Amino acid sequence: MTQATEKNLLDISDLHVAYGKVEALTGIDLTLKEGNLVTVIGPNGAGKTTLLSAIMGILPSKGTIHFNGQDFICPNVETLVGHGLGLVPEKRELFSTMSVQDNLLLGAFQRYRRGDKSYDQTLNEIYKLFPRLWERRQQQAGTLSGGERQMLAIGRAMMSKPKLLMLDEPSLGLAPLITREIFRIFADLRSQGVSILLVEQNARAALKVADYAYVLEGGQIAMQGPAAELANDPKVIEAYLGLASKHQELLSS
Amino acid sequence: MNFQIATLLGQDGLTNGAIYALLALSILLVFTVTRILLIPLGEFVTFGALTMAAMQMGKTPKLEWLLLGLVLIDCALDIYQQIKRHIDRNKMKMVALKLGYAVIIIALLNNLSLSEIPMIAQIALTLCLIVPIGPIIYRLFFQPLADAPALVLLIVSIALHVTMVGVGLLLFGPEGARTQPFSDTGFRLGAVLLKSQTLWVILVSIFLIVALFIAFERTLYGKALRATAVNRMGARLQGISPIFAGKATFALAAFIGSASGILIAPITTLYYDSGFIISLKGFVGAIIGGLVSYPIAAIGAVAVGMIEAFSMFWASNYKEIIVFTLIIPFLIWRSMNSHNVEDDE
Ligand SMILES: Nc1ncnc2c1ncn2[C@@H]1O[C@H](COP(=O)(O)OP(=O)(O)OP(=O)(O)O)[C@@H](O)[C@H]1O
Ligand SMILES: [Mg+2]
Repeated sequence: MTQATEKNLLDISDLHVAYGKVEALTGIDLTLKEGNLVTVIGPNGAGKTTLLSAIMGILPSKGTIHFNGQDFICPNVETLVGHGLGLVPEKRELFSTMSVQDNLLLGAFQRYRRGDKSYDQTLNEIYKLFPRLWERRQQQAGTLSGGERQMLAIGRAMMSKPKLLMLDEPSLGLAPLITREIFRIFADLRSQGVSILLVEQNARAALKVADYAYVLEGGQIAMQGPAAELANDPKVIEAYLGLASKHQELLSS
Repeated sequence: MNFQIATLLGQDGLTNGAIYALLALSILLVFTVTRILLIPLGEFVTFGALTMAAMQMGKTPKLEWLLLGLVLIDCALDIYQQIKRHIDRNKMKMVALKLGYAVIIIALLNNLSLSEIPMIAQIALTLCLIVPIGPIIYRLFFQPLADAPALVLLIVSIALHVTMVGVGLLLFGPEGARTQPFSDTGFRLGAVLLKSQTLWVILVSIFLIVALFIAFERTLYGKALRATAVNRMGARLQGISPIFAGKATFALAAFIGSASGILIAPITTLYYDSGFIISLKGFVGAIIGGLVSYPIAAIGAVAVGMIEAFSMFWASNYKEIIVFTLIIPFLIWRSMNSHNVEDDE
C-alpha cells in the first residue's frame, strides 16, 4: 500500500535527443519512484549515456523532464545540481591537477554555498566507505589508478548528498571484489533513502540490486519491469545475462 | 653607475615590478578560468588612478555615469530575460539590489566633499565605483560568448580595450593626473632616501599576492574557481557555474587593476591611455610564466620591472623596446621546452 503513496521523483516523457540530424533517443518514457534504485541496461551505443546527459541538462532535449515536483524546460546543469540531482559521468570529469581531498570537498560546493556546514561529516563517511581515498587524500586525482578514480568520482557525487544520484557505468574497470563492494554501497544508499538511477553493463549485478529496470536498445525502451522479473525474462537472459554466465562458465572451467 | 644610483633604480624597478606582478597574476587568473586574455585590464588601472585624482581635486568622478549606464543595461537585460521565461523572485531582488547599490554610490559621490574625506575613504569609494564594472563587462560582452573560440574572445577583448580607452578620454579628459602619496615620510637607508610610497606599493602588493594565494589554495570558493579552469564540465556537475566563476574573476581583476592604479598614481603621472603599456608589461610577466605558473609569472614581472628601470639608465630611449624584445627569447625557449599539455582524460 505504501507503494501507491510514493511519489515519482523523476518522470520523463517522450524524450528526444539528437546529435545534429541523427536522433540518439526517440521518445523515452521513464519514471523513478522516490527511494528506488532503477537501472538502465543495454548494448553499447544504445543511448544510455545520452539519456543521463539529457536528464542532467548537459544535452538539449525535447520532451518533459519532471524532477522533484518541478518541470524543467531546458534547465542548466548547475540549477539541477542545486535541486538535488547528481551525476557520475561516464568520463568522470575529475579535477585531475587537484588533490583527492579537494575533489571531494568541491563535490559539496553547493552545500557549502547554502551554508550547510555538515559536509565534513559526509567527507568522513566517504573516507570510511573508501579507505583507499583516505590513504591517497593528498595525491593528485590525475595520478590515481583507474579504480581509484571511479571511487573518487562516486565519492565526489555523494558529497553533495543528492536526492537522485545518477551513475554511468560505475563498475567500469573495477576489480570484481571492489565491484561487489560498490554494489553493496548502492544497496546501502538505497536503504538510507537515496534514489539511484544506475546505468550498467554489468547487468547481472545491476538487476540484483535494482527495484525496477529498463532495457534500452537503439534509442528506445525495448523492455521494462521490476528488476527481479526482468532477470528471469528469457529474452534478457539470452541477450544480457546468458552470455555472461556462459562466459563465466568458460572462465571457471 | 655607483651604488646610490643602483639602489635608486632598484627601488623603481621593484615598485614597478610589484605592480606588474599583480597585473600578471590577474591576467593569468582571468585566462585560466575563462580563456580570455584581459587586454582592458590596463584601463582599470587608469580608471582607478584618474578617479582618485578627480576626487582629490574635489571633482565628482564622471565614471559614475559609466557604472550607472552599465548597471541599467544589465538590469534591463535581467528583467527582459525573466519576462521571456518566468519571473523569479530572488532574481528580481538581485535587480533591485544592484540598482540600489549604484544609486547609493552615486549619492555618496555627489554629496560628500570628496577632497576632504580621509584618503582611505577616497580609496574605498574608488574601489566601490570600479570593481562592479568588471563583472558587468563579463556579463554583457563575454557571457554570451562562453563557448566561442579563443580567437573571438581575443578580438572582443581588444575591441573592449579600444572602447574603454575612448570612454576614459571622454570621462577624464586628455590631461594627465597624479595623486598625493599615502604618507609623506621618507626613510633613509644608508645613503639612499627611500620614498614612502615605494614601501606602500611593495607592501600592499605582497599583501595582495599572499591574500590571493591563500584565497585560491585554502578557501572552497577559490578552489571552485581553480576547478572551473581545470575541468569545466566537472565543475558544472558540482554546481559551480562558469558564469559565476567568470564574474568572480572579472571582479577580482577589476579590483587588482584599480588598486594598482591607486597605488602608482602618486609615483607616475597617468593619462587616459597609459594603462595599456602598463598591463602589457604585466602580460610579459604572465608569458614568462607560460600563462600557467603563478610564481614564475610573478618573478618574471618583477624582472620586467628591474630590466625596465636599468635600461632607463643605460638606454632610456629604448627602454620599451628592450622590455618587449625580452618576450621573444622566452617564447622561443618556452616553445622548445613545451610538451603538448594533454587534455584531461
Ligand atoms: N557527440 C556525439 N555526436 C554524435 N553522435 C554521438 C555523440 N555522442 C554519442 N553519439 C552517438 O549516440 C549513440 C548513443 O551513444 P551513448 O554514448 O549514449 O551510448 P551508450 O548507451 O552510453 O553506450 P556505451 O554502453 O558504449 O557507453 C551512439 O550511436 C553514439 O555514437
Ligand atoms: Mg555510455
